Amino acid sequence: MIFDVIVIGGGVIGCCIARTLSKYDLNICLIEKEADIANGTTKGNSGVVHAGYGAPREHTRRQFCIKGNKLYTQAVEELNFPFQRIGSFVVAVEDNQIKFLEEERKRGIEDGIPGLELILDKERIKYMEPNLTNDVIGVLHAPTAGIVSPYEMTFALAENAVINGVKFFLNAKVKKITHQDYLFKLKTKAGEFQGRNVINAAGLYAAKISKMVGLDYFELMPRKGEYILFDRNAMHLNKVLFPIPTKVSKGILVCPTIHGNTFVGPNAQNITDKKDISTTEAGLKEIIEGGRQLVPNLPLRASIKNFAGLRAVPDTYDFVIDNTDVYGFINVAGILSPGLTSCYAIAERVEEYLELIGVELKTKDDYNPIRPKPERFKDFSKEQLDGKIKEDPAWARIICRCEMIPEKEIVDAIHNPVGAKTVDGIKFRCRPGMGRCGGGFCRPRVIEILSRELGITYQEVTKRGEDTYFLIGKTKDIQLRNIEEGVKE
Amino acid sequence: MNKYKVDVVVIGSGAAGLASAVEAKKAELSVLIIERDHELGGITLQCIHNGFGLKEFEEELTGPEYIQRFINEVKELKIPYLLDTMVFEINKDKYLYAVNKQEGLIEVEAKAIILAMGCRERTRGAINIPGFRPSGIYTAGQAQRFVNIEGYLPGNTFVILGSGDIGMIMARRLTWEGCKVKAVVEILPYVSGLLRNQVQCLEDYEIPLITNYTVTKIHGRDRIKGVTISKVDRNFDRIVGSEKFIECDTLLLSVGLIPENELTLQAGVELSKNGGPVVDNNLETSVEGIFACGNVLQVHDLVDLVTAEAKRTGKVAAEYVKSRYDKEIKARETIKLVSGDNVNYVKPDLINKNDLSNDIIFTFRVSYPDRRVLIQFKDEENSIIYKRKKIYVIPSEMVELSINLEKQGIKPDCKTITVEVIPRPEVLIEED
Repeated sequence: MIFDVIVIGGGVIGCCIARTLSKYDLNICLIEKEADIANGTTKGNSGVVHAGYGAPREHTRRQFCIKGNKLYTQAVEELNFPFQRIGSFVVAVEDNQIKFLEEERKRGIEDGIPGLELILDKERIKYMEPNLTNDVIGVLHAPTAGIVSPYEMTFALAENAVINGVKFFLNAKVKKITHQDYLFKLKTKAGEFQGRNVINAAGLYAAKISKMVGLDYFELMPRKGEYILFDRNAMHLNKVLFPIPTKVSKGILVCPTIHGNTFVGPNAQNITDKKDISTTEAGLKEIIEGGRQLVPNLPLRASIKNFAGLRAVPDTYDFVIDNTDVYGFINVAGILSPGLTSCYAIAERVEEYLELIGVELKTKDDYNPIRPKPERFKDFSKEQLDGKIKEDPAWARIICRCEMIPEKEIVDAIHNPVGAKTVDGIKFRCRPGMGRCGGGFCRPRVIEILSRELGITYQEVTKRGEDTYFLIGKTKDIQLRNIEEGVKE
Repeated sequence: MNKYKVDVVVIGSGAAGLASAVEAKKAELSVLIIERDHELGGITLQCIHNGFGLKEFEEELTGPEYIQRFINEVKELKIPYLLDTMVFEINKDKYLYAVNKQEGLIEVEAKAIILAMGCRERTRGAINIPGFRPSGIYTAGQAQRFVNIEGYLPGNTFVILGSGDIGMIMARRLTWEGCKVKAVVEILPYVSGLLRNQVQCLEDYEIPLITNYTVTKIHGRDRIKGVTISKVDRNFDRIVGSEKFIECDTLLLSVGLIPENELTLQAGVELSKNGGPVVDNNLETSVEGIFACGNVLQVHDLVDLVTAEAKRTGKVAAEYVKSRYDKEIKARETIKLVSGDNVNYVKPDLINKNDLSNDIIFTFRVSYPDRRVLIQFKDEENSIIYKRKKIYVIPSEMVELSINLEKQGIKPDCKTITVEVIPRPEVLIEED
């Protein structure tokens, strides 16, 4: 089979492109090297939808971001992922910073960012965000900024893409690409794929993929960002809180999540190892100190998790989105911040590029843009719940007590169009293990359900594929082996 | 929706839930037990080691043997119970909502509610260990469930962080299974669990105990490959240069237990510093008619102590249903208990002034070990109400005292009592 479009990379960008193109009469597949989608930069992300003032005007990412922010409204209506426009503050604590905020506001308004306001009334600021430091003297308020669950949005995009005919292939790391006569052949761990057009959305590995077709014109550097996540109810924030940005990044923010948690982070550390998602003692210290500049009373005793994500930073510091010299090969690389915000605008650009190179974009009659909202125990009224349990008793077996997740939601996550195959896959789709007990209660039960639904043994259940197994065998296995091998007690 | 109307509803069927339910039933009240797992017994079921029942039955039993005696009693008394049933809401009018597969949504209207949900384990996130996020990191209790209930082994070579009781017991259990426990690493200068477990679970099996050390990095992207441990100073800060790498494929965490307060909070009950609800000397929370006992109130050393506390709770809850429920009660006058020097927390948090002539049971834990100490109860004017010598105190051993405050000559207008554990003055030492 020859695909019209092969998308490389199952992060938010790849999935967004695949879903955007799925409305057309095209044969599309998406290939991902990991055991699940949304497994790289997408999951180690702040989950902030930026208003658009941050990036410099000479960068294309500024316009992508401003446009992308607006496109979220329609996307949420169609895809029903968790998103809220709660607004953001850039916080000034010194007089000279006010001037910077005023300039940001002016530039932002000229560029079409709605509602930007410089607030200097401290009382009003503190009323809007009581947890903010008393040192605040002014904030730039961007009401269109929002928070989103980046991985849940990616799952929504992928599900909708599959419903509209896109084929997903996991564990399909690309090893080699050859192209001739307008046909690309991709050698992967999951076999060979042939396609007329290739969209390279391979995240941190996009430069490597680009080089496979002879396009060696940019480099990507992993930049690590560490986070600490706090328990729900530990602290309530109304706004996304940014410090005055530095040259490298938007700085360490303190931010609510769409699920009612809060987090502090990220820092920005340039590293060399693209697999190094470890947190460090120094890094955690750095983000705590940074966060305290905005919120002095960080609820450190209620921390439930620390983690790190890697951004793919291009040497140009701007998105690398190109219709390349290799006909039919489109690079969508170096998607650093505000990439998550920009994804819908980026996907539109890819559409334009495909049209430009003569790919016929004919909308399918049966295109269905709607991905229904997943049913959640938490969202039901008591009467609805009673009815639901009568329909399917799996609604009544609560597997995760921190987040109140019943068996039904987990089974649905497994049998979804882009179903979970791992414990993390379930965690990121419907949240068991995201809470304060860190999976202490639910994990044995999640393993049991995965084993049953996928027809695999307990030992074959993994955290996120490959060597991330949980259990080595049954009790007495080691002793029996020792006896067999003649080892004396 | 299925509806139940009972005098007392008990949430949880571990040691605390069962003993309190039995007492309430013996007071001839209607009782309902709600359990989220598929059988009665709670965490005690996975504690297949011995050491239970020495106080309660003057016999040494395993966890399942101990709890079975209460399960039998529940069955003999025909106390109804719901299994696989999760309570998800308690409101202030004492309506409780739960779900299970057979009945769907369940509403329970009760005159009194006993919270007996137990505790949960602190996690890696709670102590913020840096490093990768591989598989192979378990809380000790979770590993215990895998081994003792599900019949699976979580790994081959282990490092155990924290010397809590479950951690030490699992060190022995895994050694029996043929696993290699390379070290138990404890940040404090002493074990945080019971001395008997240090001897019987670690020393008897020559499992190294490394004190004043903690895990400062987790290695391995996929499965855990090892940990870096570092020595800490008095402020628990890492001493640079003291790092050691230990190879392992599994890390168990036994770094403390916290009362399970999800429902407690949801019911609008006030929490105290230790994470459990604020209770008065009748183990009644800040919401009238809601009581708490066992590890949901405070983490106990021994199940026998849980049973004793739960029996008291069952009785006072029954007393409440019979005499106070439905009656207009004047605002209770109370005395507040405050944790003083070297007292981590003290229960109860409040004493009803009407009960001053009764023997009141106080339980507390110290913050650090000390020898030849004086336990003192002082009022707000620093007059000493009660004092008692003790040879030693350690955080892992809860101190329990039964005191009649009236007999001790407490002033009638006393508002707060500070409990402190201080070094004995010289004079007293000579008297020893």
